[in-house]
Amino acid sequence: MSEIKKKIQSILPGGDWNPLYDTSYLPPEGSDVVIVGGGVLGLSVAYWLKKLEKPRGAIRVLVVERDHTYSRASTVLSVGGIRQQFSVPENVQLSLFSVDFLRNINEYLAVADDPPLDIQFNPSGYLLLASEKGAAIMENNVKVQRQEGAKVCLMSPEQLRNKFPWINTEGVALASYGMEHEGWFDPWCLLQGLRRKVQSMGVLFCRGEVTRFVSSSNLMKTASGEEVNLKRIHEVHVKIDQSLEYQPVECAIVVNAAGAWSGQVAELAGIGNGPPGTLQGTKLPVELRKRYVYLWHCPQGPGLETPFVIDPSGTYFRREGLGHNYLGGCSPTEEEEPDPGNLEVDHDFFQDRVWPPLAQRVPAFETLKVRSAWAGYYDYNTFDQNGVVGPHPLVINMYFATGFSGHGLQQAPAVGRAVAEMVLEGHFQTINLSSFLFSRFYSGEKVQEHNII
Amino acid sequence: MAAPKASLHLVAPVWNGGTRGIGGLSRVVAPEGNQKKGRSLLQFLADRFYDVEALRDHLLRKQVSKVHQKNRPFNHINQRYGPYVAGAYFILKQGGAVRFQGREWIRPNQRGHFSLDFLKLQAVPVEAVDASGCAINYQGLDSLLALKELQSLWLQRCPHVDDWCLSRLHPLASSLQELSLAGCPRVSERGLACLHHLWNLRRLDISDLPAVSSPGLTRILVEEMLPSCEVLGADWAQGLKLGPEEQPRDTAGPTPA
Repeated sequence: MSEIKKKIQSILPGGDWNPLYDTSYLPPEGSDVVIVGGGVLGLSVAYWLKKLEKPRGAIRVLVVERDHTYSRASTVLSVGGIRQQFSVPENVQLSLFSVDFLRNINEYLAVADDPPLDIQFNPSGYLLLASEKGAAIMENNVKVQRQEGAKVCLMSPEQLRNKFPWINTEGVALASYGMEHEGWFDPWCLLQGLRRKVQSMGVLFCRGEVTRFVSSSNLMKTASGEEVNLKRIHEVHVKIDQSLEYQPVECAIVVNAAGAWSGQVAELAGIGNGPPGTLQGTKLPVELRKRYVYLWHCPQGPGLETPFVIDPSGTYFRREGLGHNYLGGCSPTEEEEPDPGNLEVDHDFFQDRVWPPLAQRVPAFETLKVRSAWAGYYDYNTFDQNGVVGPHPLVINMYFATGFSGHGLQQAPAVGRAVAEMVLEGHFQTINLSSFLFSRFYSGEKVQEHNII
Repeated sequence: MAAPKASLHLVAPVWNGGTRGIGGLSRVVAPEGNQKKGRSLLQFLADRFYDVEALRDHLLRKQVSKVHQKNRPFNHINQRYGPYVAGAYFILKQGGAVRFQGREWIRPNQRGHFSLDFLKLQAVPVEAVDASGCAINYQGLDSLLALKELQSLWLQRCPHVDDWCLSRLHPLASSLQELSLAGCPRVSERGLACLHHLWNLRRLDISDLPAVSSPGLTRILVEEMLPSCEVLGADWAQGLKLGPEEQPRDTAGPTPA
């Protein structure tokens, strides 16, 4: 009986009736914007596109994500911190807007009839420690941050000892402490909230992998008489999960938000196919980098007031919950980079590289017990460890929203809005991210960040 | 969580690693989720007609904007009479009570009217604010944070005071001695963690906070965090099952560390 009911429902208007075979699992044949990657950045772009479009319902958006359980997505494996303590002013602005978004998340992402979101934000702030060498840089950074509106205060080792008696201030010359708008939250909740809202706004989701771009090129002359080959992507071939079947989706705009795999998606579009040293030959320098996060238990550890502490050696930790559990890790140096082929955890890395600086900085951590660990990918931008936002100069309808090297989650709402503005208006309106465009890889202008962990 | 027998130790909640599963939204529901049992007529119609859906959205947005309207800053009063009077006016307008230094409490009457005598107290700092039950939120705290000599702040049962608001209280650290958050539905232990900035705090009331997951453990941790402060509410033995012969002892409880 239910089979007949289903058949009748599919025949009535509004159902997806195809007399030959059932195609409900395939993506639509055409979509105005195709977003490659359904993590927090991709969903944020989808959300802002649907929010800023005029008139309402004008743009068809399709989000293609090949990993429907998000088992390898950087978003959900992230430690979930958000801070404004960056050295590049645009990063501070992005982060400030994102915190605003998170605070009012139930106004932005409200869906009728569904319960409000609780992202479990811990407003405990970040504490960055600097040695003698880094003290001057830290002071400069704090000046820039304060100019943009972040609430950061500088502390001397004496003040640090008074406030946090569990810190060993040996080797620390200066510390910067974020008083407001900094902390950590639950990225899974943000992802689900975005997903739910974006689905209610009419964005289509497809479980598949982008395998090919069909594009056309035009040989054009620039104002100075140079000849450039401009490409335009017309179709995206989406291969369905666990099948050989693919659907060509006609599109007007492609957004590359594939995170750690953005480099591979860019290669599919032909970015970087050309003689090295030219604009055609400039690849998207985003690679997979594996990072470990460890969870340990230390009953004598720092108390409820513990901020997210970042040591000058690059080791970081934060509290998790009420039960004296802590999360932390360290970024390996270039030589020690682990093989990103799988997400296996190397426990020796904790013994050799993470525990010694931790125990030195917080003596209570000399006795701790590791409870669990996991690994996740950074979408690491090998050029300058900052994001790539905006269109490609040659493949004119591919927009990037990737390469944030570990701070993508905390800037996702603001970056989503910037990309949506770029797509809809043609220029950045609220936050000017022109220094994050792709063309900097060719011209060599690095936007170097001095505060990446 | 199984409750162990009383007069033993309080078991800390174990973080069960690996709950980053695909599970639905049940984990992210706020304790105050408005899941009404039984669909109302409006919801039924909104599912079927775009006009009704738009009407419903409009009504919800109006509710939100009402709270925003109540929390707007009174800049013209601030410019003319100074921050103390502006803050007092703001609180009185919301329905709370204010006490200036050396004076009596000023409260609005049943109908929300209050006398404007305090407009001449431009240089007198405000010492105590009773904002119980007021619709004060993150934006509204702007007016309160200008009261630099505030000693006592009561935010009992405020529906919009949440963890973000608590993180904003640090400018009052040098003067604030008493803070009451009893019955605020949105305050959780994460917001209580940022009260450590208030080093002058002597009395803190954190009773009856529904969003705090383990009240007894939270109270112990807050007491450790603020050693010179008296923490009220959340009895450490809350949630433990007491044997019948130990009933009279539960109001005493061990002296805090």
